[in-house]
Amino acid sequence: MDENNKSSRGRFSRRELLKSLATIPVIGAFAYGFYKKTNYDRLLNSSILDELGMNQSSSLRSEPITKGKKIRIGIIGAGGRGRDLLKGLGFVEPQWIDKTREAAENDSANKRYEEYLEQEYLNVELNGVCDVFDINAEKALAAAGNPERKGTDSKPGHQAKRYTRYQDLLNADDIDAVIIGTPDHWHGPITIEAARKGKHVYCEKPMTWTVPETYQVREEVIKNKIVFQLGHQGRQTESYIKAREAIQKNILGKVNLIEVTTNRNSPNGAWVYPIHAEANPETIDWKQFIGPAPWHEFSLERFFRWRCWWDYSTGLSGDLLTHEFDAMNQILDLGIPKYATSSGGIYHFKDGRTVPDVLQTVFEFPQRDLTMLYSATLASSKNRGKVIMGHDASMEVGNTLTIKADRDSTRYGEKIKEQVIDPSRPIFSYIPGRKNVDAVTSATEQYFAGRGLLYTYRNGRRVDTTHLHIKEWIEAIRTGGSTSCNIDRGFEEAIAAHMGTIAYKEGRRVEWDAENEKII
Amino acid sequence: MGLFANKRQDGNYSMSQLFFLVVLRVFIGWHFLYEGITKLVNPDWTAYGFLNDSGWVFSGIFQNMANNPGTLKVVDFLNIWGLILIGFSLILGFLSRPAILGGILLLAMYYLSQPPFVGIEYAIPSEGKYLWVNKNLIELAALAVLFVFPTSRKIGLDRFIFRAGIEENL
Repeated sequence: MDENNKSSRGRFSRRELLKSLATIPVIGAFAYGFYKKTNYDRLLNSSILDELGMNQSSSLRSEPITKGKKIRIGIIGAGGRGRDLLKGLGFVEPQWIDKTREAAENDSANKRYEEYLEQEYLNVELNGVCDVFDINAEKALAAAGNPERKGTDSKPGHQAKRYTRYQDLLNADDIDAVIIGTPDHWHGPITIEAARKGKHVYCEKPMTWTVPETYQVREEVIKNKIVFQLGHQGRQTESYIKAREAIQKNILGKVNLIEVTTNRNSPNGAWVYPIHAEANPETIDWKQFIGPAPWHEFSLERFFRWRCWWDYSTGLSGDLLTHEFDAMNQILDLGIPKYATSSGGIYHFKDGRTVPDVLQTVFEFPQRDLTMLYSATLASSKNRGKVIMGHDASMEVGNTLTIKADRDSTRYGEKIKEQVIDPSRPIFSYIPGRKNVDAVTSATEQYFAGRGLLYTYRNGRRVDTTHLHIKEWIEAIRTGGSTSCNIDRGFEEAIAAHMGTIAYKEGRRVEWDAENEKII
Repeated sequence: MGLFANKRQDGNYSMSQLFFLVVLRVFIGWHFLYEGITKLVNPDWTAYGFLNDSGWVFSGIFQNMANNPGTLKVVDFLNIWGLILIGFSLILGFLSRPAILGGILLLAMYYLSQPPFVGIEYAIPSEGKYLWVNKNLIELAALAVLFVFPTSRKIGLDRFIFRAGIEENL
């Protein structure tokens, strides 16, 4: 054929050539069109981003932990959430490994096992476990003995000590820091005592159950110079950090209204947790569970579903409003509101609970010309985002972040008229780790993921925000640094939540006297 | 010459038949090329969302592709370069027959991943209303038409490449 070609080349006429090359100009047209289109998009994008002063790249890196001394941890309260915290710390029971590994083998989309194995080692040791329920304590002990993240097919390692009284754990010499995962009514008393003993504290939210202990916790934490971290892991969520940047760059203009919400619609989401088969007065230290709470006879419902009673809980205010409040406090530096009003009731779960399942709390910040509206229901899972409404643009924040210009904006008015900015489309959207695989499971988990409370991304990889939040605390202990949800932020969170609760219970507008630091 | 040879290659078309067949070829090529190049220049593009949104009996296969990072990388690569090369090939009339077959294969995969069947809903909205037949299927059928009514040896680089054969026919 080569021979043929050579010999026939001379006979390939101009007409033949034209026919074979006839469509080549189409490529030229395509290239020209593509160039025009790309230029237009780039110009549009850069003129918007220049206007905003934001870039879309992810700047957050997760720094490797510093070498140095091993931090020795104790956990007080190792129930469901307590064990989540242990997982963030790097300790799970071998049974969890078995189960998750099997789930991963059966479903390639399930990345929980892989992600846990990839979770950074924090150079910590779990030396003490305290829980009033034997089963919880045993599980936590098994986790403590599994720093190597192995399944049941390997031998347990390090043995942690079980304490039946938290006071004894706080007295132990081989414990530097404690994680508190108890019910709400124990957060304050244990934090106060831990601080007095010089133990660093990671405490689950809300910081306190009563108003007076809020002041005491702050006083003891500061006085004893311990490193304190309140468990609002949303502080580590990349989109919140980006949202704060947008506020600082005044992209939204003046903000007068913020709307944050809680929507759940399952028994689990309404704190109707399962009751363990082996739970009984023999396996539960009921008296210690009650502690500072009013006495009540032994009740499995109250033990496992304690969030449903004011006797041990802070209701929607403490459990879920606090996450939303802290997120807004992180993004906007709100501080304590001047006024709070609340309304709501027990409208769906008429199961004997005393805390409301529908709650609206309105916080007023007159010094900022701003209202924050919190609206919650435990009987509908309609998704409503966190929305920050400004004169020039509004921002919706979850795990992603979307900013849309306001059609009546002053700042963007010209650009809207020039059709550079389209108010119906985001002028900025931020989707961290968009190339990554999400495989969230239960409805509650999905709720948390959507709220930015479950996962975030670092270096393009999905990581557990709780892990990052604990890591920040551990590093602060080791290097003398600070935590993002420190005692001042915790104080603001607790006071705001208490104001909302008092407003609900007493049906009145509650005021914060900032000068005297008193709720009136 | 196997695949490249066709007894009915370059049958006699009228001018208007040839013109519109070439127009169809170039238009489909343009569409493939632009789909491919926009994906190539977008660093965040991945087939992940599309594959994961798959419905019907093959959804398991497509979702597995999406959820295995290694496979996903290969799928993304093949898809992008497949689209681009097929696009060039159709526009230029260069090795059009294998390109058409490749295009049919790609379109069949898109169709089978998200067929517009009754009772299957997709998260990614379609830009039109479809029942059984969607634009992927129509484009696939159009490529099949081009396969049986080839034009690249009349108008296209294949005319140059396979000119020996043409001369024999002439």
